[in-house]
Amino acid sequence: MFKNVYNWIDERLDITPIWRDVADHEVPEHVNPAHHFSAFVYCFGGLTFFITVIQILSGMFLTMYYVPDIINAYASVEYLQTKVAFGQIVRGMHHWGASLVIVMMFLHTMRVFFTGSYKAPREMNWVVGMLIFFVMLGLGLTGYLLPWDNKAYFATKVTLEIANSVPVMGPVLKELMQGGTIVGAETLTRFFALHVFFLPAVLLILLVGHFIMIRRQGISGPL
Amino acid sequence: MSSHNEEHESFPQGPPTRKEMSRRQFLTYTLGGATAFMGAGAILPMIRFAVDPVLHKKGAGEFIKVAEAAKITDVPQEFTFELAQQDGWYASTATLTAWIRKDENGDIYALSPVCKHLGCTVGWNNDKAYPDEYHCPCHGARYTKLGKNLAVAPKPLDQYKTKIDGDWVYLGEIVPNTEVKKEA
Repeated sequence: MFKNVYNWIDERLDITPIWRDVADHEVPEHVNPAHHFSAFVYCFGGLTFFITVIQILSGMFLTMYYVPDIINAYASVEYLQTKVAFGQIVRGMHHWGASLVIVMMFLHTMRVFFTGSYKAPREMNWVVGMLIFFVMLGLGLTGYLLPWDNKAYFATKVTLEIANSVPVMGPVLKELMQGGTIVGAETLTRFFALHVFFLPAVLLILLVGHFIMIRRQGISGPL
Repeated sequence: MSSHNEEHESFPQGPPTRKEMSRRQFLTYTLGGATAFMGAGAILPMIRFAVDPVLHKKGAGEFIKVAEAAKITDVPQEFTFELAQQDGWYASTATLTAWIRKDENGDIYALSPVCKHLGCTVGWNNDKAYPDEYHCPCHGARYTKLGKNLAVAPKPLDQYKTKIDGDWVYLGEIVPNTEVKKEA
């Protein structure tokens, strides 16, 4: 049945070449763990992407209950965590996934570094990867405030003090991130907007660039 | 041609073949199955999480003391009462309204003022052109004092479950109108 539906669409829109172009590429022997088990180190980039997809999905579902407001934020998180079925699981996925994505990204970076894959002609992809790294840190930072508990509040205070210590720009930078003179209602909405709209948008654009460059340049050769 | 056919039937070419799964098909099924299993493991908790409000048990309506039975007359009167409600993480008290009246047999019933057309609030005798009727200001729906729909609305006004205990009228959950049928 699926085949018939697929064929019907394919006859009209000719979609086969599109996914062939995306998916139908042979994995080079030196990155295939079936040939050399040590090649599993080449999986970390894909794993980072896999966890990122889970982060996006679980995050989308969490916003069905979460409210970015100082009165209701904590109450809504507590509600979705303790009262809603599978709330613990979905928030758990987002919580643990946030740490895991950093771990995977770090391992991926190590692999690229030690295989020298950042060298010409792939320097630009290294730079884009670094930008992704910082966007991910930004996502972790802004997401940390959202439950609006003590840990979130003081972690953000500390972060903003660090921003404050930047020479010359510091105080302005801090107030800009804070959305005012205290960590409060405006900080929370600001961090929420960054966490849910701005940073994910930037992340997706960077990821597309990252992947297109891999396609153009191919996976770096064996050591 | 016919002789060729006969020959074909009596001496089938090659050994009989069994319908076997090809290697490609096996791999497609196992990889597809494993992928679907893992995908479902990630997605199903989220789906259950999202549909939770629909699957929540609705609490059985409790009765709330609303009005003194002695004060109920033949003419509908408006009574307001408060209902504690829990909306997710937000607890509040909703103010509800009921139009209560005594019918010819002295039975007390209470109508909900939520218009059955599109949910605005009706009032008793609030349109000069139609005296002694419930009237909805939004689209001009009208009802008799039993709640029978006269215009616009597709159904009669709902009513509250009513309980008389001592001198007091208690109202419970909202149910479809039964007064109109009783009269007919």
